[in-house]
Parts: sequence; structure tokens; C-alpha cells
Amino acid sequence: MSTSTTDPTTVDSADTTRAEYCVIACAEIFSGAGEIMASPMAPTPLLGARLARLTTEPDLLITDGEALIFADTPAIGKSGAIEGWMPFRKVFDVVASGRRHVVMGANQIDRHGNQNLSAFGPLQHPTRQMFGVRGAPGNTINHPTSYWVARHSARVFTDNVDIVSGVGYDKVDPENPAFRFLNIPRVVTNLGVFDFEGPGHTMRALSLHPGVTAEEVAENTGFEIADLESAPATRTPSDEELTLIRDVLDPKGVRNREVR
Amino acid sequence: MTPTPTDKTSSLDDVIGELRDGMTIGIGGWGSRRKPMALVRALARSDVKDLTVVTYGGPDLGLLCAAGKVRRAYYGFVSLDSAPFYDPWFAHARTSGAIEAREMDEGMVKCGLEAAAARLPFLPIRAGLGSDVPTFWDGELETVTSPYPDADGRTETLIAMPALKLDAAFVHLDLADSRGNAAYTGVDPYFDDLYCAAAERRYLETDQLVSTEVLVKSVPTQRMLLNRMNVDRVVHTPNGAHFTFAGTASEASGPNVHGDYARDEKFQQFYVESAKDPEKWAAFSRRFLEVDEAAYQRAVTEWQGEQEDQK
Repeated sequence: MSTSTTDPTTVDSADTTRAEYCVIACAEIFSGAGEIMASPMAPTPLLGARLARLTTEPDLLITDGEALIFADTPAIGKSGAIEGWMPFRKVFDVVASGRRHVVMGANQIDRHGNQNLSAFGPLQHPTRQMFGVRGAPGNTINHPTSYWVARHSARVFTDNVDIVSGVGYDKVDPENPAFRFLNIPRVVTNLGVFDFEGPGHTMRALSLHPGVTAEEVAENTGFEIADLESAPATRTPSDEELTLIRDVLDPKGVRNREVR
Repeated sequence: MTPTPTDKTSSLDDVIGELRDGMTIGIGGWGSRRKPMALVRALARSDVKDLTVVTYGGPDLGLLCAAGKVRRAYYGFVSLDSAPFYDPWFAHARTSGAIEAREMDEGMVKCGLEAAAARLPFLPIRAGLGSDVPTFWDGELETVTSPYPDADGRTETLIAMPALKLDAAFVHLDLADSRGNAAYTGVDPYFDDLYCAAAERRYLETDQLVSTEVLVKSVPTQRMLLNRMNVDRVVHTPNGAHFTFAGTASEASGPNVHGDYARDEKFQQFYVESAKDPEKWAAFSRRFLEVDEAAYQRAVTEWQGEQEDQK
């Protein structure tokens, strides 16, 4: 079942997989986050949040994805000791408080950070129905929101999203202080790490994972990404990080099914 | 002689008999979690039509769409909570343009129910600003500007979430008495008390109908989500939330009171598979939907046995 069985006694950063670069990039989403709720919505960012909690961000709150706050930092799919209660209605209180950083998925993202997970096509007569907007409008307008895309493609990174569920920087009304909490710190994909600090809050490359070229990213993105040619390689994970990922958090290699 | 308090015990037919075409009905639970499916099934096979549904949607909305009952839907999302996640009948209703969608942020549903519960015309909320939610609402969703400027003299303009006033609410609680006191036993109350507080008529289905004394001894008092003021009828529906779960579904929460059942993942997948093909759906419908609740439960038990035999 596992595609990455590693001898726990020998950690070798030279054989770091693409999925492992993605996990440490997702962990760095939470650098400096402090005592807030980390809400990752997919396996790779979940591993990232738990890795951050076991290394540099011990005060992060994490949940079982249902209603319980974990005291422990269990492996993916496992439960552990709990420290509190977080039913859905209290999640909305946390959202409004701003003490949260969510990592959502996206069917589409445009160069200003507008995101769609609702449906494709016209609003009242879509061509394909997904979830609806879910908590995306409230997340993006209230607290830091990052995105995780396991398959970076021009279908996802498109000129215009069909339905704006997650709010992008070009939707901000500078006259209205209600928009002051909008913050999209990161987009992590299977190809690299990005933010929206390009000209006019547009998507910018921060690093490309080792083995990924600027051409590959450009071919798989529907718009121009700032600083793409000059983006450095994503850093190498530390031995401690690799041990935590391989032996503690994801011994069954769930990460390798999400990122190939 | 002491007068006896009202006994609200009712049948599914009693409830359906009170419903009218064009009503706005709120459905409790969340996604594929503790949905009042027995009430939904009864509504789906009734003659009532042209409904407006308010929900954190799951297969409840799917089954009502399959039956052609829904004219308009107010929802934060629609999800089956496990693969393939998207409900096939809601998707069909949307892609065929059969329903009018008032899609909104999940937090806006809670806000709208709270406004109705407090008999307020609206409550301000940040969620929705800058997104396509106002476009979905086609002029029905307004903003409101604060009369109080911030320290810099600027005023915030927020979404004025209108009250989601309901003609009727359907909820499923794990445990109840005949008077409408009720408790949940799982990890999450969801929003069932808010649905009841926002509605004119409140319909509660329950897995276990017990005496008040047993109810209060069975659960910590904080689990007693509904009191008598918020319930009009109580229907005893063992396994009524099927194929969504009731009670707890998380091993992390530890042992719980009896009566818990998990989501019937196999049956939910069978529902999704059946929706893909007209003949399969006709068979599904004949066996599970065009029958009363008792026959449904027998058919499910029988179906589960067939799945076991095939192993």
C-alpha cells in the first residue's frame, strides 16, 4: 500500500520526495502564526500544520476535523488526547474572531487570489456543481486564508474564476474598513510556493520545488506569475522534519497519494 | 386534579398533514450528519410542492430535489461528507436550472437563523462581502453601514443578513420525551435549536422516545438542546436519520449512550450510484422511497443483509 517505506534509522534528505517538499511548504504557511486555530482542509496541508506544531509552532490549535480539539499531534487519520470542544457553530465564532488560518482547496484561482469551489458556469444554471461557496467568503474576509493545489494546471490557475467563493485582492473596497482583514499569505502547489505580493497584489513565485522549471509552471498557469524566472528552489527539509513526516505523522505515505 | 401537560407524540402523517405548498422549511443537521431523514422521506412522497428549503445541505436536499419538491434553496453548502461528496440530485437540479439558488457563506446561515430567532429583520455580518454571494441573491441581499465610526472616523459597511424565517423546521435528536424536551448524544449539536427557534411550526423526530426522567438522567444537562417551548410535534423514528449518522461518529469522543449509529456509507454510495441511471433510480425509488417509513427500514435491513451475503 505504501509507496514510500523508509528505514526509520536512516533519514536521507537527498531522496526527499515532491510530496515532502509540499509538506514542509505547507508547514511554513503557519510560521509565526502563534496561538490560533490551524484549519487545513486536505492531507498535505494537514501534515504541514501538524509538522509546524511539532517543530516551531507548538501553540497552534488543531482539531479532528469534526468537533474536538486535539491536545496531542497524532498521525494523519489517528485520534489522540483532546483538550477542548469545537462544534461547527463555535467554528463560526472563531472565524469572526480572526484567530484562525485556513488552508482551503480550489477548483479555480485567478491572479488576484479570487477562488472558486462552488460550481462552474452561470450561477443559476451551472455546467458542473461542486460544494457551493461553503465557508470561503467568511474565511477570506475574516482571517488568513492560504490555498493548496495538488495538481497545478492552467485549468485551476485561470484568468477569471466562474464564481467568487474566496475573495481576492481586487475585490477589496479600500474605503470600507470591513475589508481590512483580507489576507492570502500563500498558495502551495505540487510545483512551488507562491503569494500575492506581485505588482498590484498579483500572484508571485516564492520558490519552485527542486526539479520544477519556470517553463513548467508557466505552461500550467493561465496568467503571468511575477518573479517566476528568479524564484529559488524550495529549501531542503531538515532531518528532523523528514523523520517527523515519514515516521510520526504519515508512516503510511498518504502524502504520496495526493502528490505524485 | 393536576391538568396533564400536552403530549406531542405524532406520526409522520400528522406532520405532513400540517404542511402546505410553497412553505419555507428549515432542515436541521449538517451535510450527511444527523439529518431528519424520516421526515424528509415523508415529505418527498407527499403531495406538498413548491418548497423553499433552508439547510446545511446533504442528501436531505438531494432527495427533495429528486422528488421535484424544491423551488428555491437557501444553503451554505451541499455535501455528502464522504466520497463522491457532491450530491447527485442537487447537482442535477442545479445544472438543469430547476431550482433558484440563494447560496451563501456557511456563517450567514447561522446568522440568518439567529436573526429570525431574535425576531430581528437582519443581523450584520462580514462574510459575503466581495464574494459572488450577493450576485446569487439577485438584489435580495443588502448592506448596512455602521452608525458608529471607527477611531479613524471611517464607517464599516457590512452584509445585512436578513432573518431566515421558517414556516416549519425539521430536526432529528437522539433522545426526546413526549413533550418536546430533547438531547443530542454526539459531539455536535449542529444548529437544530436555531432552526426550531426560527420556525413557526417545529417538528422533532427522535431515535429514542423516553420519559422525562430517563432523558435527564441519560445525558449531561448541557446536551439538552431543545425544551418544550421550541417543539410542536414529536415523532418516534428509530434509525430515522439513516443513511446519515446519529449520535457520535468519532472514536475520539469515546463511549457514548446507546443508540448511536454511524453513517451508512455503503447505502449512501448506493444512493449516488442509483442516481446515475434512470432505471436504477426507478428501482431505488420503488424499493426505498415509494414506501412508508417502516417499510423503508425493513428494506434497508434487507439490503444490508444482501451486501453481507455478497462478501
